[in-house]
This record gives sequence, C-alpha cells and structure tokens, in this order.
Amino acid sequence: MGALLSFVGVSILILFAVIGAKANMYTLLGVIIPYAAVAIFIVGVVIRVVRWGRTPVPFRIPTTCGQQKSLPWIKQNKIENPTSTAGVIARMFFEIFLFRSLFRNVKTELRDGPKLDYASAKWLWFVGLVFHWSFLVIVVRHMRFFLEKVPFLIQLAENLDGFLQIGVPGLYMTDVAIIGAVTFLYVRRVVIPQIHYISLPADYFPLVLILGICGSGVLMRYFTKVHIVGVKAFTMGLVSFSPKIPEGIGTIFWVHIFLISVLLAYFPFSKLVHMAGIFMSPTRNMMNNSRMVRHVNPWDYPVKMRTYAEYEDAFRDKMKAAGLPLEKDEEPVEQSEEKE
Amino acid sequence: MYGKGKILFGLAVFLGLVTFPFYSNLGKVGAVPEPSLNTPVINAMRDKECVESEEFMEAEHMQLLDDWRNMLVREGKKKYVNSKGKEFDISLQNTCLNCHSNKEQFCDRCHNYLAVKPYCWDCHFGPKETNWTKETDV
Repeated sequence: MGALLSFVGVSILILFAVIGAKANMYTLLGVIIPYAAVAIFIVGVVIRVVRWGRTPVPFRIPTTCGQQKSLPWIKQNKIENPTSTAGVIARMFFEIFLFRSLFRNVKTELRDGPKLDYASAKWLWFVGLVFHWSFLVIVVRHMRFFLEKVPFLIQLAENLDGFLQIGVPGLYMTDVAIIGAVTFLYVRRVVIPQIHYISLPADYFPLVLILGICGSGVLMRYFTKVHIVGVKAFTMGLVSFSPKIPEGIGTIFWVHIFLISVLLAYFPFSKLVHMAGIFMSPTRNMMNNSRMVRHVNPWDYPVKMRTYAEYEDAFRDKMKAAGLPLEKDEEPVEQSEEKE
Repeated sequence: MYGKGKILFGLAVFLGLVTFPFYSNLGKVGAVPEPSLNTPVINAMRDKECVESEEFMEAEHMQLLDDWRNMLVREGKKKYVNSKGKEFDISLQNTCLNCHSNKEQFCDRCHNYLAVKPYCWDCHFGPKETNWTKETDV
C-alpha cells in the first residue's frame, strides 16, 4: 500500500513542479519554496535536537555487546561496553561512519524443523553504507554550485568520483551507486514479507523521493542537458540572498530543485532526522558506568521521610512495654546521665 | 537541557556546515561569465555559424568532441557532416580552435565558473593566446 502510495505522492510532486515551470511560476519554485524549505530544515532540526536534549535520561541505558568492566583480570571490551569518554567517542565513530550496529544485523529464518536459524545478513549494512556515503559525496560535490571559488577538497571529491572517465560529462561512480542502493532498499521492503509488513508509507516515501532527486539529477547531467551556467547563476543568487531566475534553464531542473526542497522541509518531521538523532541516542552515547557512579533521577520528588531509627526513638517506651524487639535497646543518653 | 555543552557544540557545528554556502559568499558573488566570440577569424566570418547550432553546441559540445575523437581515432573518419550537410575536418586544434582561438575567454570562462576540468588539454595544446585576443576582449 505504502509502496504504491509513495510513488503516487512523488509523481504528484513532480507533476506540480512541471506544471509550475510551464506556467512560469519561477518565483514560487525558485525563490519562495527553496528558502522556506531551508529555513524549515534548519529550524526544525534544531528544535528536534533541543527537545531531545531536554528529555532527561537519568539512568545508563547503553545497549552493550561486549564484556563489562569487571575484575582486573577480565578483559573489558572498551568500545562495545565503554566506561570512558574515549570509549564512547570510539563507539560513536564506528556507529556514525561505519554503521557498526547494523553490521550485526542477522536474518532469522524457520527453515526445517522447529528450530530457528540465525544467519549473518550483511547486505543491509553494506548497501546502507554505500547509500549514505554516496549521498555525502554527492552533497559535497554539489558545493561547486554554491561557491564562487571551488575549494581544492571539493574538486578532489569530484575528481575521485569521476575517476573512471567514462563518457562525457564524466560518469560519477556515486550516481550509479546511490541509484542502485536506493533501489535495493526499496525492493527490500517490498520483497521480504516481514519487512513489508512493518513498512509504512513514511518508510517508502523518502526512498522514492530520493530516487526522484537522483533520477532528475542524472537526467540533467547525462541526458537532457540544462543551461548549466544559468543553474549556477541561480544557485549563487540564492546563497547570496539576491535571487535571480535566468532564462531557459530547463523544466527538469525545477523538478530537481522542488524535490530537494520537499526533502529538506520533510526532513525534521520524518525518520530522516536520524541524521541528528544518531548523536543523541542514549543507547549509543552513554558510558556503562552504573556500577561506578551513582546516578540520581533528577525528577525524583523530594519526599519527606521518617527513618526507622527516628520511629524507634519516638516509640521506644511503648515498644519496650509491649515486648517488641528493638534495634537500640538502651535508655536515651540524657536519662542515663541523670541516674548517675 | 541535559548535556548542554555537548549539544550546543554539536548544533553549532551543524549550523556552521549548513549555512556555509551563505556566509562564505557574503558580498563576493561576481558576474555570470559570458563566453567571448571576439576573435579575428569569427569577426571575419559572414555567417557566424559553428559546426552545429548554438543551442546544440552549448549543451552537447563535450559529447560532440568525444564523438569526434572516437570517429577519428577509432574509426579513421576525417570528415564530419553536420545536420545541414556541411563538411568539417575532424580536428580540435584546426577546426574548433581555428575560430575559437581565445581559450581563456571562451572555454575557460564557463569551465572555471563551474569548476569543470575537461581533460582535452592533457593531450592537446591550447591555442597560443596572442595579445590581441587578451586585450581587445570586452
């Protein structure tokens, strides 16, 4: 259901952009929507992060998958069960850059017999990694449209990406990789019954949207060309707050820009915000030091308590008279002084 | 907010990266380049026409050059017949650069603007830029 719905949704978006471009609604497509989208993206992500930051996480809840710090002769797994900041940083590094926890993904299958089989399933990890890294390289590459003098590192990323020198304009490896990866991630949700069952439109939609963005970009670069100098004049106008719409850029470019605007605006409200959330996930970014440090719940209400010692002091006579056992079976200190 | 220092640091990094194109361009955006057609050969032409139409050349010149290379080097063809039936010698240096003898004002302007580095010049010599093309160009 969602699989189809997301296609319909993205098709409507594309249609909107095409009609908008044909009707010369360039101020809307090229100025109002992009600026609004960037503003929503920035403000939305900041609000999400601040809201997460306000949520107390009083106790240590890291998911651990290694030997906890224990007796000195038992070797601790310092990354998978960190007790120091350095360990947490190392763990987060592997999580963010290499998707360490996804690497542990397993496939559960009921093959023959009543026993469950578990098998390693690295495809999701691998394709996820390809997808995210390609996306990063593509974003970095696009900086050439937003900077007057393109820095060396950005050109380096571009040169490495187009290193194969296939055709002209040179084929970028990431373009092939990201389209393959997004297609895999989509097909995975459709084909595997368990994944299909738990997939919502919000799972399919970003994939189809990104496929639309990549598709329109690939079309522009390799097939139906656009007026590229005009494109840069437009993007430079946007980032220098003096937007101008050059003539005759080509409809496909407006589709590209509109889909990106939708992605940016959709970002803070969707699962895509895991970009910020990964840094804020307590199951990853906390040390497992529950046995070394006392963690006090900050929202504990200061309850007025009466300890048992105070209770016994108050009722000692009566308890003694009733023959109840006492912890401190002696007369109060003042009285014993008087007797002497 | 809990872990204020770390979160604010992270947000600052995020904002710094996302707004980088905006603040790094403040008051620095120059004019959009326009490839110059002011060369002696072009000025002397009656019908100022390239190998193909202007729109085609603007969008597909790299494809055409790549095709030319394959036609000449791999298939041994020395002539290119354009869409109007006119013949041209397949040669970057003798055909293209004969008219466009101002590489810096013609090729490089847009390529530099868009940070495109075509590998034509890995093998080919660029045209010798004379003082004439450099000084009289507007």
